[in-house]
Amino acid sequence: MNARGIVRDGLWDNNVVFAQMLALCPAMAVTTSGTNGLGMGLATTAVLLVSNILVALIRDFVSPQVRIPVFVVLIATLVTLVDLVLNAWLHDLYKVLGLFIALIVVNCAILGRAEAFASKSPVLGAALDGIAMGLGFTFALTVIGLIRELLGSGTLFAQASLLLGPQFAFLETTVIPNYGGVLMMVLPPGGFLVLGVLLAGKRVLDARVAARKSRLAKTDFSTETA
Amino acid sequence: MSATLAAFRDRLAYQGVSLGIVALLATTALVVGNQMTREAIVQAEAADLANLLAQVLPDGTADNDLLTDIVKVGAGETAVTVHRARKAGVPTAAVFRMAERGYAADIVVLMGVAADGRLLGVRIVKHAETPGLGDKIEIAKAKWVLDFDGKSLGEPPAEKWAVKKDGGVFDQFAGATITPRAVVKAVKRGLEFFSAHREEILS
Repeated sequence: MNARGIVRDGLWDNNVVFAQMLALCPAMAVTTSGTNGLGMGLATTAVLLVSNILVALIRDFVSPQVRIPVFVVLIATLVTLVDLVLNAWLHDLYKVLGLFIALIVVNCAILGRAEAFASKSPVLGAALDGIAMGLGFTFALTVIGLIRELLGSGTLFAQASLLLGPQFAFLETTVIPNYGGVLMMVLPPGGFLVLGVLLAGKRVLDARVAARKSRLAKTDFSTETA
Repeated sequence: MSATLAAFRDRLAYQGVSLGIVALLATTALVVGNQMTREAIVQAEAADLANLLAQVLPDGTADNDLLTDIVKVGAGETAVTVHRARKAGVPTAAVFRMAERGYAADIVVLMGVAADGRLLGVRIVKHAETPGLGDKIEIAKAKWVLDFDGKSLGEPPAEKWAVKKDGGVFDQFAGATITPRAVVKAVKRGLEFFSAHREEILS
């Protein structure tokens, strides 16, 4: 697959959440705000990138029969090392991301990409796929988080400066001041509602695009034959 | 991929051995990682604790090392570790943790109490309350916990040690009553614990 296709696949056509519907457990658990979604997405992207590269490097030496345990051990080791390193040397960041990092271990999307893509691709393609899939995941989580945050507590990117540093404080906006909040949107059912609506929206959009494409194709065809 | 490698990969022994090698490498990486980071993690956590202790004690309350001046009060699993603040050897305050069941899980409260039983500061150390609702108990998100500063067992009187909904003096949050109720309960229990073991703590 070419680079363009890989990127398009990761961000939209084969998006982890919106198309593959993988990793819904972390997606529902942390998307109570845009900031949390962004943090989880970025942490996952980093792990996905490294795990894809490692899997692509060793793919020739791993026999197909034992590939799953090998990948599982690899990913678990990687996440644990990231957890230790962040805790030791980037302790402030760890206090913000600590919760997400433990959740990455159970993110089936990482094993999914190792199995479906990285184990069959050269290193560069696998790295690109890791970044594209990770950014697609980040995009999905941030969008779900922002919608839930807006409906649930009337803010956008609250506490972004805790995650990204004080220079990003400008992202924090209160859209609806003195908003009572809709509790359900912050709780897990709200996550499923938002995801459902977004999935339906993506379907409609994709169907429209496909319809327009086929219409255009038909016109092209008729002009050619005429 | 060379043909010999492909032939090798299908052998049972190769599969077992390769799995073993991967496990060995992973374990080695974890051991090395753990060794390299252990010291730094212990230091970072000690710095965290010192930072927290400083938050519940006003400047100038202590001139000793609170991390080492500790006393365990009570026995078994319910024992409470109390950090003692001293100035020129005289105990001025005590800092300890109290836990109370919140909405989702235990809320752990760190509280500094002056020798006369007045609250110097309260901070939430650990909780799993609903983000955007119950998490206003964190100092990073709201100033609510500062309401406790200066309060003691007699001030407000015991029956007023509750959230406003229950006839007390402490605010609750819109949409979240259980969380502040649990925190108030934990702080009150902490003060009762302090007055019951005052001699032991300040000895």
